Amino acid sequence: MAEKGVAGVWRKIRAIYNIQGNQCKTCGNYYFPPRLVCPTCRRKGQLEIHKFKGLGKIYSFAIVRQAPDHFKRQMPYVIAQVELDEGPRLTAQIVNVDVDKVEIGMRVRACFRKISEQGHEGIIVYGYKFEPTMEVTGHD
Amino acid sequence: MGNRVAIIGVGMSKFGELWEKNLREITLEAGMMAIFDSQISGKDIDAICVGNMSAGRFTGQEHLGALAADVGGLGNLPAYSVEAACASGGAAVRQAYMSIKSGEHDAMLVFGCEKMSDVNQTEAMNTISVASDWEWEGLFGATFPALFGMMARRHMMEYGTTEEQLSLVTVKNHANAAHNPFAQFQRPVPLKVVMGSGLLADPIRILHSSPVTDGAAALVMCNEDVAKKYSDTPIYIDASTQGSDTLALHDRESITEMKAVKISARQALEKAKLSINDIDVFELHDSFTISEIMLTEDVGIVEKGQGGKAVEEGLTELGGKFPVNPSGGLKARGHPVGATGVAQVVEIALQLRGECEKRQVDGAEKGMAVNTGGTGATSIVHILGRD
Ligand SMILES: [Zn+2]
Repeated sequence: MAEKGVAGVWRKIRAIYNIQGNQCKTCGNYYFPPRLVCPTCRRKGQLEIHKFKGLGKIYSFAIVRQAPDHFKRQMPYVIAQVELDEGPRLTAQIVNVDVDKVEIGMRVRACFRKISEQGHEGIIVYGYKFEPTMEVTGHD
Repeated sequence: MGNRVAIIGVGMSKFGELWEKNLREITLEAGMMAIFDSQISGKDIDAICVGNMSAGRFTGQEHLGALAADVGGLGNLPAYSVEAACASGGAAVRQAYMSIKSGEHDAMLVFGCEKMSDVNQTEAMNTISVASDWEWEGLFGATFPALFGMMARRHMMEYGTTEEQLSLVTVKNHANAAHNPFAQFQRPVPLKVVMGSGLLADPIRILHSSPVTDGAAALVMCNEDVAKKYSDTPIYIDASTQGSDTLALHDRESITEMKAVKISARQALEKAKLSINDIDVFELHDSFTISEIMLTEDVGIVEKGQGGKAVEEGLTELGGKFPVNPSGGLKARGHPVGATGVAQVVEIALQLRGECEKRQVDGAEKGMAVNTGGTGATSIVHILGRD
């Protein structure tokens, strides 16, 4: 299965370790996850690498209580769409919080965590999760 | 006129967890029923199109076009399958529509099929999640119910949709399925039970979600000349449209609407020269009950945000002004992913033929089927009518 492969994770390490996406110099839009073509400008687009600050707020979320095997140990966990301050949204787990305390609009910041352990001999995927800004810094 | 595309035969296998049958058997069952229903002879079928999402992962078997031709003894005709996640069935209907409309084929056998219960629940769930953006959603732990949970939570916040409204869709669709002999769950379920069922991904509960289902559905589709030869009650496809949206949910401007559905439904109504008020019966893709609420809005039955109220006020129940999912929908008829789009069209055709008995929408003349893939990245709409 594809998700067991090392190459598939290795090739996106820069994106998922550093929240590195792109900005189109033609229209100014920011993109994360990184895009291959600017969907607004297409052939006229000029995509350049952009490292996101990793700050944003929760746009929506769900509390996962039934998950695939390699996420079972983390249940229940919060999966959210985080709206980054630069504009784009991404999908990530919210950690370091009581699952019942999560709210739409909550300020969050990126942290580096283990995403999943794919079986006994499978690879371990690291990358971004998000935690409440208040929890870490004492202010939003 | 003259080159309309007709449906002259419909067939279904029983939907459910069919441990005693394999993919070939259920596919054959649906196909034979459609052929017998149409009274066409197998030799007059000139192509086969199969809608299937993931037989490779669910059963280890691909190449379903050839499989269908072989199992039915239909010999050497062209046969292939198409994939558009949960909209694969709708895609097969549309492929046949275009092939016949173009004049390339005269009469086609169309299948939708999926055998999901040969793998365990986790593997079934993993296979379905690849209909969303696996690399950027699934890999981070976003299960399919979680993605719909995020849509539901946002819909609740923006429009005041309630958990009770999410649950009433289940109650309605189970009540309808009680009268559908092919449905997986032919029994009503009380609101209290739905609201007390286990949480999959809050606010989505188990009874807000379509089940794991095995099943196949089939149609005999043909041009108008062939239709008149075999059928006194041909059902015509007045419009077939399709649209796409971003694969990942987080890339959409709004997650409380399915833009691809809005666009393709509007185009279908324009092509058929109809307004939403002309449609007597609907099959809308309720993979989760929040999807039915959103689609009720997106096809134009009610304004944005009023989908929850629509079910609460009985607008979409059997006997309401806009009956949605008289078959029981994906929730209660069952959701063998690749079969669903075809099964929806089977239901609309039967409704227009007036053969639905206790779940019949009285005097239905026009019907709409909306089949979506993933979290709404594909939408396929068919409007059917009778003369
Ligand atoms: Zn651009």
